[in-house]
Amino acid sequence: MNGRAALERFLATDPYDTGCDEAIEILHVYAELVATDPAEAERLHPGVAAHLHACGPCAEDLTGLLAAISESGA
Amino acid sequence: MTDEWVAALRGTAAERAEATARLYDLLLRIARSELHRRSGQHRITGPEQDDLAHQAAGDALLAITAKLDQFRGESRFTTWAFKFVMLEVSTKIGRHFWRTATVRLDAEDWERLPDRLGFDPDQQSEWHDLLAALRKAVDEELTEHQRRLFVAIVLDGTPADAVAAKFTTNRNAIYKALFDARRKIRANLVANGYLDHDTSRRA
Repeated sequence: MNGRAALERFLATDPYDTGCDEAIEILHVYAELVATDPAEAERLHPGVAAHLHACGPCAEDLTGLLAAISESGA
Repeated sequence: MTDEWVAALRGTAAERAEATARLYDLLLRIARSELHRRSGQHRITGPEQDDLAHQAAGDALLAITAKLDQFRGESRFTTWAFKFVMLEVSTKIGRHFWRTATVRLDAEDWERLPDRLGFDPDQQSEWHDLLAALRKAVDEELTEHQRRLFVAIVLDGTPADAVAAKFTTNRNAIYKALFDARRKIRANLVANGYLDHDTSRRA
């Protein structure tokens, strides 16, 4: 991604973005959906998906949670 | 398995003690794995890293047992429990950042922004005005608080959880402040012809 595209992406805000608190509140539910059907997860929780596209820390928590689900064999 | 965990954690004293110990071991394993997975984001190694894993597992366990009534069975119990580990690991990495940080929160190194955003230094004539306008928008449109957050996170690359620890606030508050800041900056750049109108993402 070049600089201008990166800047435009950074400045683009989604009005449906839930913010961190709401995304974290259901992150466990969202993670299990992503683990089986990522498209369905985004369809059912578009605001959470929008947030995770924009928030690095929350996206990192989701990645970690998915790794933990995989590691535990759940 | 989910029902077994919940039942055991609500059971007799002996059942709770056994389940708590078993859960702690599981949380500790996940915390260790997560700290290892994020090793590129922190400089915590050896015994200090293991100590942090124990702290994260212990604090996660406290949160889980305190909030057990909030578990609604919408996921496996372990997935819900692991979420607390992730949050504790994030918080602890954020706090630890300042033990080894060499950058001040107000370093304000605008010269680094082109590189951080991936602008080609050989094409400076193309992006120089855009970034000058961006800086002007930051100075003119943002509140002092928003400006401090922008400088810390966007300019200086300080992790958001580290900024949250320093300002004694939380990730959500920082995100919302920066969300508003981003909208203001974008509106300014659109109004001044540097960006096209309405390329905001919609869910």
